[in-house]
Amino acid sequence: MSPHVTRRDLLLGAAAFGVPAILAGCSNPATRTTAPTSTAAAGRGVVTIGSNASDEIPKKSLDEVTKAFTSHDVKINTVDHNTFQENINRYLRGTPDDVFTWFAGYRMQFFAAQGLATDISDVWTEIGGDYTDAFKAASTGADGKQYFVPFTYYPWAVFYRKSLWQEKGYTPPATLDDLVALAKKMKADGLVPIAFADKDGWPAMGTFDILNMRINGYDFHINLMAGQEAWTDPKVKQVFDTWRGLMDYHQPAALGRTWQEAGQSLAQKKTGMYLLGMFVAQQFPEADRGDIDFFTFPEVNPQFGTDSIDAPIDGYMISSKAKNVEGAKQLLKHLGQASSQNIATKLDPGTLAASSKADTSGYSDLQKRGAELVSQAKHIAQFLDRDTRPDFASTVMIPSLQRFVGKPNDIDGLLKDIEKQKVNIFTS
Amino acid sequence: MTIRDRLLIFVGLGLAIAADLFLIWGPTLASVGLSTTDWDGISAINVVGAENYHDLAAEYPPFWSAVTNNLLWLAFLGLVATPLGLLFAVLLDRRLRFSRVYQSALYTPVVLSLAVVGFIAQLVYSSDYGVLNAVTGLTTDWLGDPSLNIWVVMVAAAWRHIGYVMIIYLAGLKAVDPSLKEAAAIDGANEAQAFFRVVFPTLRPINVIVLVITVIEALRAFDIVYAINKGRNGLELLSVLVTENIVGEASRIGFGSAIATVLLVISLGFIVTYLTQLFREPR
Amino acid sequence: MTSRKRKHPLRWLLYTFLSLAALGWSAPLLLAVYASLRPYDETARLGYLSLPESLTLDYYTQAWTQAELPKYYLNTLIIVIPGVILTLLLASFAAFTIARLRIPGRKTLLIVFTAGNLLPPQVLITPLYTMYTWIELPEWLSSSHSLYDSYLGLILIHVAFQFGFCTFVMANFMATIPEEINEAALVDGASVWRRYWQLTLPLCRPVIAALSTLQFTWMYNDFLWALVLMSSGDKLPVTSALNNLRGQFFTDYNLLAAGSILVALPTLIIFQLLHKQFVAGLTLGATKG
Repeated sequence: MSPHVTRRDLLLGAAAFGVPAILAGCSNPATRTTAPTSTAAAGRGVVTIGSNASDEIPKKSLDEVTKAFTSHDVKINTVDHNTFQENINRYLRGTPDDVFTWFAGYRMQFFAAQGLATDISDVWTEIGGDYTDAFKAASTGADGKQYFVPFTYYPWAVFYRKSLWQEKGYTPPATLDDLVALAKKMKADGLVPIAFADKDGWPAMGTFDILNMRINGYDFHINLMAGQEAWTDPKVKQVFDTWRGLMDYHQPAALGRTWQEAGQSLAQKKTGMYLLGMFVAQQFPEADRGDIDFFTFPEVNPQFGTDSIDAPIDGYMISSKAKNVEGAKQLLKHLGQASSQNIATKLDPGTLAASSKADTSGYSDLQKRGAELVSQAKHIAQFLDRDTRPDFASTVMIPSLQRFVGKPNDIDGLLKDIEKQKVNIFTS
Repeated sequence: MTIRDRLLIFVGLGLAIAADLFLIWGPTLASVGLSTTDWDGISAINVVGAENYHDLAAEYPPFWSAVTNNLLWLAFLGLVATPLGLLFAVLLDRRLRFSRVYQSALYTPVVLSLAVVGFIAQLVYSSDYGVLNAVTGLTTDWLGDPSLNIWVVMVAAAWRHIGYVMIIYLAGLKAVDPSLKEAAAIDGANEAQAFFRVVFPTLRPINVIVLVITVIEALRAFDIVYAINKGRNGLELLSVLVTENIVGEASRIGFGSAIATVLLVISLGFIVTYLTQLFREPR
Repeated sequence: MTSRKRKHPLRWLLYTFLSLAALGWSAPLLLAVYASLRPYDETARLGYLSLPESLTLDYYTQAWTQAELPKYYLNTLIIVIPGVILTLLLASFAAFTIARLRIPGRKTLLIVFTAGNLLPPQVLITPLYTMYTWIELPEWLSSSHSLYDSYLGLILIHVAFQFGFCTFVMANFMATIPEEINEAALVDGASVWRRYWQLTLPLCRPVIAALSTLQFTWMYNDFLWALVLMSSGDKLPVTSALNNLRGQFFTDYNLLAAGSILVALPTLIIFQLLHKQFVAGLTLGATKG
């Protein structure tokens, strides 16, 4: 459903990391209590974390990060990330842990507004200085209070293999026309220009987001996501028209393909470029990782240039039913520290640390380029399924975008259907 | 009967009835009640009358695809898979070498969970790496093309269903008096004629149970499409839409309950028909 | 049966047809086994239908340790064993009162029980979930302090959902036990409990064996109830944990194949060992005892 879900999946493919991680995994049950052997003072509390980090590397990094947290015992309850997201509503209403993993933006605000999260503005008075305003805004609820501590994030961009592009003499396009010209050239060279997959329903959201932000700007995009603009607006139609124009250069039969398979086609030089999150790197064999580069999606409307990108932020929140709120807040402060986040970025090459104080000297080239891209962007969106209501994203947008990918010609009918359902959902 | 006896019956049967009412029928009725509200699982419950049903029928495109797919699923299992199961049963209902081997092979998929079946289907049908395209040399997008995928998924479901039906008919055929079959054969009737004139009519109770299994399986179908692509893009089924709306992050409980109620009404139609049939017979 | 003696050429056609069908039926499962033995890089490059460059059991060790399957197998047992026992106890007693004691209203009861068993789970899942979160339990019964996210909750729904079918089958079976046994017991003045536990149940051994096998397989294969009624990852039964594997190792189909096979193995073994009971369980319902 969300890029977050599967972003980590391929980490397992990373054999070099995989083997030691697996060995570590043998002795690490999902629920682990860290009790420092020497100083387990009586009466100290336990903080529980509901985590969706079920893959070996994210799980390991959370383990390591919490090991360094010494004031309380930490109990991690790991659920695989698909199930975690599917169940979030029932989980928060039922018997949630003190702290839980979640996503920034509208998706966080939605649960904060339902009274399912604890206000952590006091935590932010301490850690606020480590974060840019954009990160603070993404952690703030509709009521102006903070509910979220950012941990890591990753940008979306168009990825390609340097060696292939050098060999064929391709250069990153600056405008939509350049992109089309490049795609034509690739086609003539026998490549499928743009790798594309939407079996899981969410990857196409990335294409929609970037086209909408390039054509209509960040503000319109965010208002559209919030249900304040009509989907039948000609501006939205223009997004789909532009997309349809590019369809000829997209990999066909995308609805039966997973992003991993599309990533493989990029790695095998069967396709020329792929718009995806930085996690695409994980589809590449370790040896080829240095061969990956990217460019931000080219300018379409000069008014907006390339000022916005999708860069979803993952982080932590406190549930409203938390039993140990004090301990949970201390844990969030710990997670908000640059040193904690650096543990994660070191283990996971597909993510960047959210804290401005993070040490970037250990970053890979790709990570450095990613951080640079984000710092240049004026606006950062969180991704369609994090910027709008979850019910709208999953029950309306996924089927609708799949319908468009399958039959790109009936744009008017599609937008009318989306608008009707949007009205039903947003007014309920 | 002593007081102790009565107490035992009261407690034993009471537990059974309580479990059935509290865990099955109570929640079922509650679903019907919730279908007239706009509850999201968190905020207060507002009654909105039949609005959910209107939105469902008029403004929710997946609903009609799901209804069509459920009916198609039912027709496919009923008209293709079930007769094939019967055919295998008839063929195997004779002294054959390796009969047990054939039976096991045909029957093994039945013990697999549908989630596993859904996974195996992907190995076969994947357009880039799957076996089907490798063997046939096609590049068809079996699971992604919304006009095709329901068919290949039904084939995967039939893979399991046929064995199920076969084993039930096989048991039924074993119970048919052998002299009946022989008498028919001596009459000079060829095997097919003998079967349809003499044997098949005696299988009536089996036919009823197979029909019920087929209908229930068709209405319950869920795991397999959920495993393949979460039941989207051509693989919509009512059960999936319910789950997607109420179980997932979406939490449109009122709306999802309306779909559940539609599913309930369809199911009850078949269940009631079956049960009246069943209990009218002398027992 | 006469065709056997005639050595009809059709006979060979029959053998050919059945052999082909058996082969076709086994192919997908064999394919999954084959995929599980090959590295992902290789099948991603060559497709699933290709000659192997290397074969390895690594994925099985990986699925076993990384996905912590032993823990999930244990969870399954914690749920399924009490589930099967309770279902059969409750069903056999209900069937006994219906078929042997012929209590008033037995037909209605049987109809309500059987119909409940035939409903699609989705029609009752949301209210059931909500109810589960309301019911509080002490720590020793449920570490989540509610019926939601507890083994007990899963056991209860399995029992409630399955016992209708078992009652139906057992009532049919008990109806075929000769009345004399009952009458002799009545003359003896035997208690209801004695008639149920000592006189009726022992005669039901075949049907109990058949139903246990079948119920074990069904509860083992369930994944919807656990998906909805559990939130702790470490309490999930193994079939639902396989679904987690899917999210967890999504890229690596071959690892998932190994996981699927490990998860399917117990039911496959049970089916091979208890073939007769399994088939009997399915067909007892069909042939009415």
